[in-house]
Amino acid sequence: MWQFFHKLGSPRWFYGIANRFMPWLLVMGLVLTLAGIVWGLAFAPQDYLQGNSYRIIFIHVPSAFLAQSIYVMMASAALVTLVWHMKLADVFVKAVAPVGAVLTFLALFTGSVWGKPTWGTWWIWDARLTSMLILLFLYFGVIALGSAISDAKSSARAVAVLVLVGVVNIPIIKYSVEWWNTLHQPATFKLTEKPTMPAEMWVPLLLVVLGLYLLFGWLAFYRMQTEILDRERRTQWVKALNKPQGAA
Amino acid sequence: MHAKRKKRLTIVLFLLCGLGVAVALSTYALRQNISLFYDPSQIAAGEAPGEVRIRAGGMVEEGSVKRDLDSLKVNFRVTDYTASVTMQYDGILPDLFAEGQGVVATGRLQPDGVFIADQVLAKHDEQYMPPEVAESLERAAMLKKTVDKPAEGSASGY
Repeated sequence: MWQFFHKLGSPRWFYGIANRFMPWLLVMGLVLTLAGIVWGLAFAPQDYLQGNSYRIIFIHVPSAFLAQSIYVMMASAALVTLVWHMKLADVFVKAVAPVGAVLTFLALFTGSVWGKPTWGTWWIWDARLTSMLILLFLYFGVIALGSAISDAKSSARAVAVLVLVGVVNIPIIKYSVEWWNTLHQPATFKLTEKPTMPAEMWVPLLLVVLGLYLLFGWLAFYRMQTEILDRERRTQWVKALNKPQGAA
Repeated sequence: MHAKRKKRLTIVLFLLCGLGVAVALSTYALRQNISLFYDPSQIAAGEAPGEVRIRAGGMVEEGSVKRDLDSLKVNFRVTDYTASVTMQYDGILPDLFAEGQGVVATGRLQPDGVFIADQVLAKHDEQYMPPEVAESLERAAMLKKTVDKPAEGSASGY
């Protein structure tokens, strides 16, 4: 266990292992996401109240779910950065922050498009929507702070502190609909209870969530590899990668 | 674990806990400002200020919607099943507005307890189901009502 942990500290080792996982992540992710989206948008039954307009849930919920989940992963990596000073943890945070920002934006945008026909407004400053907007700004802050500091070590620490401070927002997002009166409805999916929708609706939704997780894994590995190559461009092993292989 | 790392971990976790407590206390203190609307029972208890624009929300009471025949004016009661408040609105209601559904209205509470709304938003719950399921649920509820009614009638008839 500890040996694995120490190996994780080696960017070179990670670069090789990522290559092995990436094709699987990409293919499985694409298959699951596409299957879930086609099923949800074309074949799942209509909602008794909202008709077809509820179908945006098949994009809205997975992107909102992943946006928060990515932040939690970033916070765990930030803790590793601060305590163990592991370079790879910082590579992860820098690589996935833009992905999280895009997904947060997608969740806000689809929510807005959904809100107009159902609630009657594009936007309202209720606790759920506002805390989600704060998450978007946190992502922007992480990206900006990371690129504002050129020294790798101080950049890693500053970003890690910001990410960890921002993690208090995650339970606020999650429980906002229970702690306060909001326009946003409570969660359809709870860990301890059955979802408040029939299986022909939640199964495709679950497929999209799983598919997006795998696609996120692929994209995270891909972006981490790029970041590693950039940081280690002066090392022997990266230079060796660039040499044409098998040439005479 | 290395002693130095252990120390760093303790410091980070300690700071995070402190931050969590600080945020929890301040959001708790601001809970009325964070909450989007007042419940009818809060209004009945006099917690909602008059004279200023506030939001009030709850369920539209069954059988309480009265539409004006020659204008867009509409009257309805909003309840949280302990208290209710009468609302007046002049405008186009959202598609999802219906008796038994949630609403959040912005407006002013009049001294006589009537809430004059200038915006009504629909609030839907986390339940999703196909129309057939909703229909059969409704049929089951109707059936139950017709079974209950004669019993009631006979009780009051004597």
